[in-house]
Amino acid sequence: MSSVAIGRETKNMLLNVGPSHPAMHGVIRLITELEGEKVIKVEAEIGYLHRAFEKSAENSSWTQVIPYTDRLNYVSPLINNFGYCGAVEKLLGIETTERCKYIRVVMAEVSRLTDHLTCIAASAMELGAMTAFLYLMKAREYLYEIVEEVTGARLTISYGRIGGVKGDLPDGVAERLEGALRKTEKEILEVDKLLTRNRIFVDRTRDVGVLTEGDAISYGITGPMLRSTGVNYDVRKIFPYEVYDRMEFEVPRGERGDNYDRYLVRMEEMRQSIRIIRQAMRDMPGGPINVDSEGKVMTSFDLVDQAKLGHTAGLVDIISTVEPTLEGMERPYHSRVMPDNKRVVLPSKGDTYGNIEGLMNHFKLIMDYHGIRPPIGDTYHAVEGANGELGFYIVSDGKDRPYRVRVRPPCFFAMAGLHKMLEGYMVADIVSTFGSINMIAGELDR
Amino acid sequence: MGIQSADGPGFFTSKLERAIGWARKYSIFVYPFVTACCGMEYMSVASGHYDIDRFGAGLPRFSPRQSDVLFVVGTISHKIAPILRRVYDQMCEPKWVVAFGVCTCTGGFYDNYATVQGIDTILPVDVYIPGCPPRPEAVLDGLMKLQNKIENQKQFT
Repeated sequence: MSSVAIGRETKNMLLNVGPSHPAMHGVIRLITELEGEKVIKVEAEIGYLHRAFEKSAENSSWTQVIPYTDRLNYVSPLINNFGYCGAVEKLLGIETTERCKYIRVVMAEVSRLTDHLTCIAASAMELGAMTAFLYLMKAREYLYEIVEEVTGARLTISYGRIGGVKGDLPDGVAERLEGALRKTEKEILEVDKLLTRNRIFVDRTRDVGVLTEGDAISYGITGPMLRSTGVNYDVRKIFPYEVYDRMEFEVPRGERGDNYDRYLVRMEEMRQSIRIIRQAMRDMPGGPINVDSEGKVMTSFDLVDQAKLGHTAGLVDIISTVEPTLEGMERPYHSRVMPDNKRVVLPSKGDTYGNIEGLMNHFKLIMDYHGIRPPIGDTYHAVEGANGELGFYIVSDGKDRPYRVRVRPPCFFAMAGLHKMLEGYMVADIVSTFGSINMIAGELDR
Repeated sequence: MGIQSADGPGFFTSKLERAIGWARKYSIFVYPFVTACCGMEYMSVASGHYDIDRFGAGLPRFSPRQSDVLFVVGTISHKIAPILRRVYDQMCEPKWVVAFGVCTCTGGFYDNYATVQGIDTILPVDVYIPGCPPRPEAVLDGLMKLQNKIENQKQFT
């Protein structure tokens, strides 16, 4: 590959971008062939963060897979959790409670917000807009506070359970969530003013990294990247799961499929997510709370002590409180977010500590070679992840461990079509385009 | 060093050591070797809310030649381990290594064929910050421990 120019022979240059590169957030290696400053060929080498998710899943029980799913797309772990749980529920044929569905929608949208905030922040920073990065990180911090309050952790939350969620929403979270959303909206507006009409930003992103509609579809690219090319495909609309069919929201679409459109789609999706969260919080059903006739509250330790002494009369009706980290797992809340299915759902902590049936039920589900046993078969369940269609294909051979858990990560397909967006542009455009794709190595390499 | 007398370090050298230690402690240039989930918490630490800049470590350098502290953030698989080692070798002395997150400390719950079971099998580590991922407060605590270490170590070798 050489050309003759003014009697001089020129050679194309091979340049490695990554895997440790400031603009490669996530580890991937791009082997680029350059002609001057123009990129003429790109090959992506993946696998630097292969952590054997699928193999590990085969060696753990159905419930133990949940923490691994957190770390697939670590920017929006809640969506991964709910996607996996939804797949197992589909195989088991159980229905989650109404309130649980709303909680899942709210938390998934909060996660989508944090994902888009991080993506825009990182890609803006790589183009030199450090202020936008700091503002959006500030907004993400408000949302992390809410996530922490609900799930107990900031990032790797393991909040989903097969059949429901770990615990009910804490008291008064609605007001604090609303406060966080208001502050997030303000930051988004601020960044909108900083970036959307910024000459430098528009010059670096407009008509750069163009992906055509046909290419996007033929490579299987989904999510904001597909929508930026003008295709109306959103799993939440096309194959509604949870309660998305009751929510009113629009699916933003771009026209040209370039970096700028992808940025605009993400910005608009964040506004739509906020809209969904508000609707879901408004419509969320309460469900029954069993109030004890005496209104007596005992700590779980007292309860166990009393039971050991043989004072078991009336213990079933007592509301036991458990440690702060187990908030929302007491009996009255438990029945609101978990279906009544003893083969799948762990009993509430009050029951586990309070009576022998609960304790036995707990152990039957926790012990090795007992646990949840879906029927023999396979199923595929997809949710709209922050980057696109996130699917779980699971196979059960009737045992307490998955026979196979296969993930359809949205990033993988984007990486397959990456060269379509990079070839023919400048070297500097790699940074801009790669940032707008939002590659997450955790789900790419699994 | 020529400034040391025959009977151990004198007044001048010990004072100079303390001054250099104090200066080094507050001018940490970090190389964040970000691979996985912990990177999200590293971003939180680096931005306004937790503000790593208060400790003089606010400016990440993405070139190993310009940095003093290697923050290994996230799971290190066997495929990326040689690259990590190479980055470490390219850094100039004095240099320190922080293992950020439990994957880098011990391999964490990725006890499988793909993951390096603790980066201390390939590099010397100064501070371990456990957690999956560690909270920003834990990271700042680890950073302060590193600062103590830098301040109190022998500055001339």
